[in-house]
Amino acid sequence: MTAKVVGLRVPRLEDRSLLTGRARFVEDIGLPDTLEAAFLRSPHAHAQVRKIDVQAALQVPGVHAVYTMADLRPHLTSDRLVVALPSATIKRSLDRPVLAYDEVCYVGEPIAVVIADDRYIAEDAMALVEVDYDPLPAAVDCRDAVKADAPRAHTNAPDNVVAEFNLKFGDVASAFDGAAAVFKESLRPMRGGSHSMECRGVIANYEVATDQLTVWSSTQTPHSALRLLADLLGRDEGHVRVITPDVGGGFGPKLVFYSEELVTAFAAIALRRPVKWIEDRREHFLSTTQEREQYWDVEIAADNDGRVRGVRGAMVHDHGAYTARGVNVAFEAAQTLTMPYDVPACDLHVRLAVTNKVPVTPVRGAGQPQGVFIMERLLDRVALEMKLDRAEVRARNLIRPEQMPYSKPFKTRGGVPVVIDSGDYPQCQAKALAAASWQDFPQRQAEARAQGRLLGIGIANFVEMTGRGPYEPATVRINTSGKIHVSSSAAAMGQGTKTMLAQIVAEQLGGDMSHIVVTTGDTATSATGFGGFGSRQTVTAGSSAHAAAVKVRDKVLAVAGQLLEVSHQDLEIVGNEIRLKGAAGLKVTFAEVVKASMGTAGFYLPGGLPPGMEATEHVVINDMTYANGTEVATVEVDPDTGAVTILDIVIVHDCGKAINPTIVEGQVIGGVVHGIGNALFEQMLYNDDGQPLTTTLAEYLLPTSTETPRIRVLHHESPTPLNPLGAKGVGEAGVLPTAAAVVSAIENALGQYAVTIRQSPVSPSDIVALIAAARTEPAASAIIDACRPGR
Amino acid sequence: MKPPAFHYFDPTTVAEAIGLLQHNENAKILAGGQSLMPMLNMRFVQPDALIDLNRIKDLSFIRRGTDTFEIGAMTRQRDIEFSPEIRADCPIVIEAIENVGHRQTRNRGTIGGSLCHLDPAAELVTIAGVLDGTVEVTGPEGRRDIHFLAFPAGYMTPAIEMNELVTGIRLPIWSKTHGYAFIECARRHGDFALASVAALIEVDAEGRIARAAVAVGGVASVPLRMSEMEAGLVGQAAGDDLFKKVSRICETIESAADAHVPAGYRRHLAGVLSFRALRLASMRAQKRRAS
Amino acid sequence: MTVTRKIAVTVNGLRREAEVPVRLTLADLLRKKFELTGTHLGCEHGVCGACTVLFDGVSVRACLMLAVQADNHAIETVEGLAAADAPLNDLQQAFSDKHALQCGFCTPGILMTLTEFLRDNPVVSEEDIKIAISGNICRCTGYQPIVEAAMQVVKARQGNPS
Repeated sequence: MTAKVVGLRVPRLEDRSLLTGRARFVEDIGLPDTLEAAFLRSPHAHAQVRKIDVQAALQVPGVHAVYTMADLRPHLTSDRLVVALPSATIKRSLDRPVLAYDEVCYVGEPIAVVIADDRYIAEDAMALVEVDYDPLPAAVDCRDAVKADAPRAHTNAPDNVVAEFNLKFGDVASAFDGAAAVFKESLRPMRGGSHSMECRGVIANYEVATDQLTVWSSTQTPHSALRLLADLLGRDEGHVRVITPDVGGGFGPKLVFYSEELVTAFAAIALRRPVKWIEDRREHFLSTTQEREQYWDVEIAADNDGRVRGVRGAMVHDHGAYTARGVNVAFEAAQTLTMPYDVPACDLHVRLAVTNKVPVTPVRGAGQPQGVFIMERLLDRVALEMKLDRAEVRARNLIRPEQMPYSKPFKTRGGVPVVIDSGDYPQCQAKALAAASWQDFPQRQAEARAQGRLLGIGIANFVEMTGRGPYEPATVRINTSGKIHVSSSAAAMGQGTKTMLAQIVAEQLGGDMSHIVVTTGDTATSATGFGGFGSRQTVTAGSSAHAAAVKVRDKVLAVAGQLLEVSHQDLEIVGNEIRLKGAAGLKVTFAEVVKASMGTAGFYLPGGLPPGMEATEHVVINDMTYANGTEVATVEVDPDTGAVTILDIVIVHDCGKAINPTIVEGQVIGGVVHGIGNALFEQMLYNDDGQPLTTTLAEYLLPTSTETPRIRVLHHESPTPLNPLGAKGVGEAGVLPTAAAVVSAIENALGQYAVTIRQSPVSPSDIVALIAAARTEPAASAIIDACRPGR
Repeated sequence: MKPPAFHYFDPTTVAEAIGLLQHNENAKILAGGQSLMPMLNMRFVQPDALIDLNRIKDLSFIRRGTDTFEIGAMTRQRDIEFSPEIRADCPIVIEAIENVGHRQTRNRGTIGGSLCHLDPAAELVTIAGVLDGTVEVTGPEGRRDIHFLAFPAGYMTPAIEMNELVTGIRLPIWSKTHGYAFIECARRHGDFALASVAALIEVDAEGRIARAAVAVGGVASVPLRMSEMEAGLVGQAAGDDLFKKVSRICETIESAADAHVPAGYRRHLAGVLSFRALRLASMRAQKRRAS
Repeated sequence: MTVTRKIAVTVNGLRREAEVPVRLTLADLLRKKFELTGTHLGCEHGVCGACTVLFDGVSVRACLMLAVQADNHAIETVEGLAAADAPLNDLQQAFSDKHALQCGFCTPGILMTLTEFLRDNPVVSEEDIKIAISGNICRCTGYQPIVEAAMQVVKARQGNPS
């Protein structure tokens, strides 16, 4: 019998220190004599670097060093950060230089670093570094960049297409030839960022006596950082330790290894002083990876009843200036297109265009929000043109529960077959429709219309690839104090990872969370690990923690049985005690059992079992598990100003077994609000020269409390058979359907104008322009004439 | 993102501040700091000297005269927001100020700072325009008054000398029965307005408009007082047809596009919001007159 | 150039002295000189609200003030809401109860904003709270649980007007 902790809404272990201001984010770590770094960054989108003169900067009092690539090169094993995930589709490597030396390829690319007594002085000196640039034409828009005569984003490249592939299955030609209708769309999700409230940061310390380099980084992938640091600095991994302290949000870009982590570590070794670099928000806009920008030209073929026969077309993906991760964002966007639906044929040609902009890597959703947006826009078009209900079109195409497990005719980028393991998609949609009163909406819409208000409703389905393998280790150990220590290479960045692991372990070991201490994201706890990305840690680290806890539990019971001279089958663990069932007085504590299990010199170990009360597990699960859900959004649009008010969002979500439903809801709601940003606000703008135009939080608009509606999360639980917990990932779920559902709702509200929205985000001025284009009368006068009373 | 080095002065009197202005070239005046401090942190401005007015107690006051409010330049926006007298006699100021930034910025931001920063989308700038405010400026030669409509010399540039200091503003009080409305469109609550319209209306016993003032913010490079619109309103019977007709005057506003918003959109918004503001101000005027 | 000044600031009820560069921000004074690292810097240009502290009892952005401006003034930070070994205060507890924080980076700023707002406005609606925290950006929670936590405090304080 196990305790009942998994599935409960227990309070988070993380909260107290965060609520009292006593948490330790990387910037909060104060080591004596710490120096601070500032990075000089390219002001040009594309330029040759003729000369870098650091002499004036070095003269500033309080400056300890100024490094360029020329200074670093003798101490590094490579000039570049080689991080690309392998893929046969990649035509050439585009690894980031550690510091740019002959060519800069985006505004914000690091060129030099100043190390000074503090950041104020470092910035003073940075302004005195003189760089002689020879500006070059820039490739800015990704669709323009793939044209033959486009400026090259890298001078020596033959073209700007870094990778190219086709996602093809089924008989596309006959799917389209025999279709009752074919609809074509050009759609454009735009570029945005992650904007964790904590920017990136790193502090490095080198101890000469032990030749030990310790790096605290606000990273999602400490083990990857460890390997890159060791490789590039030519050090053995045993002499490098990477620790993730409290991390103020990740959302994707912190999974990437960056130059600043390496350069800061190098400086700490070179200067024999702790060195800290804290990214400021402007640097976050200029140098932390971004996502989402794509152009899709796609067609959908449907039967008379709205059944989809196939999709085909082409997508150009903005890859940014370098390969900081791989082809995964474009790849997953393409695969997501048909994911929830039983679509027999697809032919999608995808090109990854190099541009002179910040490199692109996953941002919460990793291409999947774009795939959902495109498919749901196409399905709306099918419904509109064929005069079918939008939900009904979807219901006719959703994968049915009896088709589970459903094999998609393609493989993940890692070569693992995509097999959707479980779920009831029609029921999720039905639940969402019921909760949002979809059936009654036309009546509510008509009533509102009579009062001069334009309401609209929209829907989107999604499937989220989660739990990317192969494994994430976890160790469970009971100390002689009786405390249970859980450690994992899993990286916590705010998702409640520690609480999740503690709940899973407590389930097996007495059910009392107060006895559990969790360490995450410290490379000293395990030799291997991946970290936090792809909504994977509950599935991978959670499964390992579960398996380790079961092993420790079995041993605890065995040793306790020895000590109490009873059968282990008659024992139960309650709190920190092991008791004889039905005779609570006969018991031993964790502490006693652990001490016994350690053995006594010269004596047999209890039960002949191996010593200690510790287990480490690497549960290997190659198959991904697929979460899913349906979102229905209701909006009001003011056609005179273009203002959109989201009135309601219902999201039905299935992540299998929820370890902590409160945390799951938090993940889903947070994701939805990120999606609201993608639907209405967030757009990273560049001018034609590749100069970024949105480099403050006053220009790049994140949703705030006043733009956020009440979001209703409903759970549907289809436990996955792929792991012992039945859990699927949830971290990115909410963001996937939201832009699609909100844009669908806006279009629905504007039904009388018959506008088609082909982009996300859509701004008030976009909406007014769409309405004006749809109207025959001169726009401004007509709108003033049609003005309704202000709200 | 840390401020550059500068000399720092925190005078306690206006005279001392003006003396410092005379003796320091490339000096910046620090009021509430809600616009200057971000620019300092980003090093967009790099003054040699910073003259901080926050210790000048004499510049923080709200005084009600018989027909004007006089407000000291260093009066915090929050003190205006929570002033019962202003709420009672000049309610359009309250309606506007609730859109100024956020609670934390209003707690620190000052009316003088906002007027001198002179962002054309700033709510208090539009309000000073619609109310025919008078800016009080003090320099080495003493005090002078500038009508607010003459205060902008250009985009975000007040018509004052380098050695002068805005020390206060006088805002005329309209009749007890005036109607008012401040309406703006912003991308998010608290953002600078994409466009804003402030309207004041008095109606006579017959429902005709006796007096009107309309200002448009955020659309042109300076706040606009819509005198042609006002002329078109006075003497006419209040009503939607009239408001629609005069709102079309906004189509002639010269507005510039920026990276975020096309020019025509702001102009369009000015028309839409003018109609709405006039309608609301008129309704309020009639209601107040009736009661 | 006079680069430093001596200042005395009352922080969470304790008078503290420091000699600071005149360009040091109030946020860096708290974080670096006083080692009160609960006040976070999320943007340093006055938009995100993570650095919100109380200055003479009213909420301000600590990134938009200079340390020298705090001379002879009183500052309250998140560390002042509950002592290291004391129970959480009602607002902090409500945040934990309602899962109103995830990564927790924005949380101190929101706690300080609400500390002032709920002190001055004991009877408020959800909409009022949304407006009150509209100057604090949170990327994790979607705000809804924060509003719920604040409403829990409003209701509890009305029930127990101690």
